[in-house]
Amino acid sequence: MVAVDLPERTATRRPPARRGRRAAGRALPLVPAFGLLALFFVGPILWCVYASFTDIALTGAGASTPHLVGLRNYRQMFSDPTFTKSLWLTVVFLIGSAIIGQNIGGLILALLMNGRRRIVRTVVGIIVVGAWVLPELVAGFMWYAFLSDTGTLNAILHAVGLHGKSWLYSMPLASVTIANIWRGTAFSMLVYSAALSNVPDELLEAAAVDGASAFARLRHITLPLMRRAMLTNLMTITLQTLGVFTLIFVMTGGGPGTKSQTLPIYMYQEAFKFYHLGYGAALAIVLLAVGGLFSIVYLRGMRKEV
Amino acid sequence: MRRKSALVMTAVMVAATASACGGGSSDSKTIKVAYQKFGNFIGADELFKKIKPVFEQQNPGLKLKLIPIEADENSYYTKLNLMRRSPKTAPDVAYEDTFFVNSDAEARFLMPLDDDLKSWPDWSQFVDAAKAAGRAADGHTYGVPMGTDTRGLWFNKQIFAKAGLPANWQPKTWNDILAAARQIKARVPGVIPLNVYAGKGVGEASSMQGFEMLLYGTDDKLYDDQTKKWVVPSRGMGAAFDFLKTVYSSGLGPTQQQALDPHWSDNVGGQELPKGKLAIALDGSWLPQAWIPGGANAWPQWSSVLGTAAMPTQNGQAPGKVSLSGGWLLSVGARTKNPSAAWKLVQLALNKENSLFFYIKATQVSVRNDVAADPKYLEGNPTQKFWTDLVSVTQYRPAYSVYPQISNQLQAATEAVVTNQASPRSAMNDFAGQVKQIAGPDKVEAKS
Repeated sequence: MVAVDLPERTATRRPPARRGRRAAGRALPLVPAFGLLALFFVGPILWCVYASFTDIALTGAGASTPHLVGLRNYRQMFSDPTFTKSLWLTVVFLIGSAIIGQNIGGLILALLMNGRRRIVRTVVGIIVVGAWVLPELVAGFMWYAFLSDTGTLNAILHAVGLHGKSWLYSMPLASVTIANIWRGTAFSMLVYSAALSNVPDELLEAAAVDGASAFARLRHITLPLMRRAMLTNLMTITLQTLGVFTLIFVMTGGGPGTKSQTLPIYMYQEAFKFYHLGYGAALAIVLLAVGGLFSIVYLRGMRKEV
Repeated sequence: MRRKSALVMTAVMVAATASACGGGSSDSKTIKVAYQKFGNFIGADELFKKIKPVFEQQNPGLKLKLIPIEADENSYYTKLNLMRRSPKTAPDVAYEDTFFVNSDAEARFLMPLDDDLKSWPDWSQFVDAAKAAGRAADGHTYGVPMGTDTRGLWFNKQIFAKAGLPANWQPKTWNDILAAARQIKARVPGVIPLNVYAGKGVGEASSMQGFEMLLYGTDDKLYDDQTKKWVVPSRGMGAAFDFLKTVYSSGLGPTQQQALDPHWSDNVGGQELPKGKLAIALDGSWLPQAWIPGGANAWPQWSSVLGTAAMPTQNGQAPGKVSLSGGWLLSVGARTKNPSAAWKLVQLALNKENSLFFYIKATQVSVRNDVAADPKYLEGNPTQKFWTDLVSVTQYRPAYSVYPQISNQLQAATEAVVTNQASPRSAMNDFAGQVKQIAGPDKVEAKS
């Protein structure tokens, strides 16, 4: 879901009647798209909002005759330490794996590859993008196989005489964070590679002639010119990472205990293991709000002119 | 021109969407049966494939539609109940966990079968414990049992020989088990003496195969059917937590990392037992399902290497042994358009011949007396008689809709104990607080 902020065009003034008819004519082809969006996107969200105020469940009395329970689900949520912990874990996971890991990793990769020989770019590109095109399930399983007690990493460590560790047990959040960085960095790299190719060479050369160091050129020319791409990228990977479920579910199942139980895992547990659809829906709304909050921050950043 | 084509597009889209939503209409001529088909578990699929032609021949004009749901137990249940939310997708007959009878009856997903059962001659062949498993708190029976499973101790006779323990081992008390485990630890290094599931990693296995197998061997239970209250904390529960603490803190059990790995229960049956790395396992009757030829971990020697022993009660108090059971029912959906045909299908699927077929295919323990006495039922699996005899003492879990949550808290409490995050006493008190919150304070009583 990439939200692109198109610059507003200043319309030339026309008589209002013609303008209205023209607008209607333009809007008409959009009707099917809007209809489908309303049906399959807005509809479920509205249902979710409604469900979060009921005791609807998959079994028991709440399954046949759900009742409106007001804010009970939300009150329960905010008095539940598991929820607070999950929210916190989600934010740490988001900042660690997306905002720092994927974003900075992708930027560094893109900068390093910029202007290298073609063969280097191709080889590195294939390797990095390879991680990205793998289905999430496969990536999760690979990382489980790599980090588990008898996994590849421990085998390598043993071979060189080092003691392994139960990685998934002793550092679950770090493990899933690294796996998510590994998987998602390619996307940021692609975005930044594209943005880098739009930075005019003349500008950089001129700055170099004026005696600007490589770091100064990056700091004052390249990065400011890439700001929009950066914010778009941040928004995309933030929303993607907030929704990461399969990777964590396969690697740790949210455990041990609740040490890697992010909001999506918690939501799944409540809705589909304890069958409280209403409470699960309330959690989904909170997740939506977190995503919305980050998006607003990014969108505001984008609006400012360079 | 443009506008027109847009209109046409809209109409096409709307029509397409509307028709997509209207699929799967149901009528009284098609009987739909939904069941689980997953990994090793293809017994139900084979059963219904076998009886489909028979049913359609016996009932001209009717069609049987099979809906195998490929999902693990938890997701199967989710999918089944999502189907039941709409009359268009609700199955007429479904494979139903005994454990959800109360909450699904409360949700009005199931049809009571009392009158039908009264006039069904086969019903007298079913053992009482299993009949009770299909009966909800409202007194009505909502399904016919398809077999069950029981729980007890598996032990490796080769390791026992090395440790100087008998091949016909039968512990009388919990202390006998601990003594055997200590002897193995001392004399056979490199093996795990005893596995009792604990922690959230393996999920329900740590509640049912682990903690409840201990608790139900004390004088207390998790739920009192008389007072209709959850019993926590209790003296028996404290003893069960102490037992776990002893096993894990004195090196008699698996390491914490092993026990908390979500794949640990698969590893026990798939690797630790077959490879001779585990001496005693408190586990279920279904393990040979993976070892028989064609199973996930074929292990032809299993029946000569492994022995079985009933799980003793805490101090040997009557009846001396303990087992817990799950098991599945065939239930008729409350929204079926043709109840009599649905009931005919249940009768056909669970008559003597087809019950036997299903028990063998799905490694089930028999709940029919006539099948249990059939030589064909006992041949092929030398432990079958042992597990079937446990049906006489077996107990079912409290089948209430809050149980999954309570079980989840119980798993967390066992995890706290085996990882030394909490003492048995404080873990039990925390658990008591959680149960009060989940079930309501008036639904909980303490016993000491």
